[in-house]
Amino acid sequence: MEWEVVIGLETHTQLQTNTKIFSGAPIKYGAEPNTQACEVSIALPGVLPVLNKQAVECAIKFGLAINAEIAPRSVFARKNYFYPDLPKGYQISQFELPVVGKGAVSIQVPAQGKKPAYEKVINITRAHLEEDAGKSVHGAVEGMSGIDLNRAGTPLLEIVTEPDMRSAAEAVAYAKQLHELVQWIGICDGNMQEGSFRCDVNVSVRHKGSGKLGTRREIKNLNSFKFMQQAIEYETRWQIETLEDGGSIHQATVLFNPDTGETRAMRSKEEANDYRYFPDPDLLPLMISAEDKARVQASMPELPEAMKARFEAEYGLSSYDTGALTSSRGLADYFVATVKAGAEAKQAANWVTGNVSAKLNAEDKSISSSAVAAEALAQLLKRITDGTISNNAAKEVFEAMWSGEGNADAIIEAKGLKQMSDSGAVETIIDEVLAANAAMVEEYKAGKEKAFNALVGQIMKASKGKANPAQVNDLLMKKLKA
Amino acid sequence: MALSIEDIKKIAHLARIEVSESEATATLSKLTGILGLIEQMQAVDTTGIVPMSHAQELHQRLRDDVVTKTNQREAFQKNAPVLGNGSTQPAVAGGLYLVPKVIE
Repeated sequence: MEWEVVIGLETHTQLQTNTKIFSGAPIKYGAEPNTQACEVSIALPGVLPVLNKQAVECAIKFGLAINAEIAPRSVFARKNYFYPDLPKGYQISQFELPVVGKGAVSIQVPAQGKKPAYEKVINITRAHLEEDAGKSVHGAVEGMSGIDLNRAGTPLLEIVTEPDMRSAAEAVAYAKQLHELVQWIGICDGNMQEGSFRCDVNVSVRHKGSGKLGTRREIKNLNSFKFMQQAIEYETRWQIETLEDGGSIHQATVLFNPDTGETRAMRSKEEANDYRYFPDPDLLPLMISAEDKARVQASMPELPEAMKARFEAEYGLSSYDTGALTSSRGLADYFVATVKAGAEAKQAANWVTGNVSAKLNAEDKSISSSAVAAEALAQLLKRITDGTISNNAAKEVFEAMWSGEGNADAIIEAKGLKQMSDSGAVETIIDEVLAANAAMVEEYKAGKEKAFNALVGQIMKASKGKANPAQVNDLLMKKLKA
Repeated sequence: MALSIEDIKKIAHLARIEVSESEATATLSKLTGILGLIEQMQAVDTTGIVPMSHAQELHQRLRDDVVTKTNQREAFQKNAPVLGNGSTQPAVAGGLYLVPKVIE
């Protein structure tokens, strides 16, 4: 019997605001402990929460971006549990009436081995506003834990999916897509090291074709896509092996250990899950009007899907190219700037998704820190189009530009990469090569097409790569036919 | 809905309230009385009535996203709990509030 894994994600995105969700305390990362913990953050008696307008607008933006219903009326609730980093004894969250309802995100799952890439729609169940907890620090004082409440009250949007994913690859593709989207619309800085984007992954397995969901275990707080992939793969194997050995799965929260690559149960969920939610009497219902939505809509950037369609229509690019170009806003902006600076669109698309992206990946950089600016790239591409250099030479120039050796024209000049445009000079080389390779010429004339390419290779080599390959092809063909 | 003494103990535990056997028994009869009142209210036809989430028919005012709070750590930490493990000082160190060791 074949097994199937079923995955759903809960993602906590830290919203880009200046202050906390319920107080005017700052939320700068890395501040001295408790210097951003005001009386609301530390839950002094008598304090009251006042909702941050910017946090609400972030939630509306997200709802609009995933085509979701945005609740005209939503309610904050208390989630009750005891932990030292939660001084109130409850977290203010949303339960029955979240601000964002059902929506959808479409993802591109990359090819794996023989399985080609494919597109899939992941349904979003809901997204709700809530406050983050503080942090516990261990080891500062013997036998004690230290509590830093700077993070307490930081605005979060928790985004919950349906159990729609069927492999670790799909879950990672969704997480990456969501990560790009929240940065694209400017509601989250996406910094995973600093905890601005954290994923909880619910994993269960069942026999393929079974309509019933298996018992799930929740992998908490994954803050890297690589760990997410490893954790889901390990957890899936573990659950299948447990069931095949006649065991059963118990609902639990598990942690992933990156050092061993294993997941381990943290605590039994039954008691921890008894949160006794109820509407927070300190907060009135949040009302969002059609005007509020329209105002936020007007401030939204063009969304990736719309931009993708526009690139296809405007520049005649393939769906594959436009998908890659709109995979991040930075990349899309870079592409647009390259075209604006005079590069031809298809060529710019190839270079941005090819050479430029490869370089960024190799150096683990984002496009904003590209060593070659869009305008500089456009200058290089123009030199290919006007025949000054060959594609191969352009790659060499690009490498040099990347290592800061100057602009395209200066490097072409310095390295002597200009193509020979003088057909006389090219003809001389061709004649020399033909004379030296009489055997190949005979083979070609005897019908061996391959010999032609070998001759072109020899000629290019003799020209030290400076001959224009198209011109060589033409001239050689003429000479052989003569 | 009938409550048991175990329900009372569980609710008390979740709220971290210590109850003796006699307190639990007394609470059981009081809570059962309250649930009886709720049952009575549930008999009222509320078709078409939007459930209330707040006692006042108002909606949430929003605050501009501007920093208004300054660092008052020193003042706050003078009021931190004294843990009583030989020390009479507020339990703070290096800017952190101290609590008995938390093990996950």
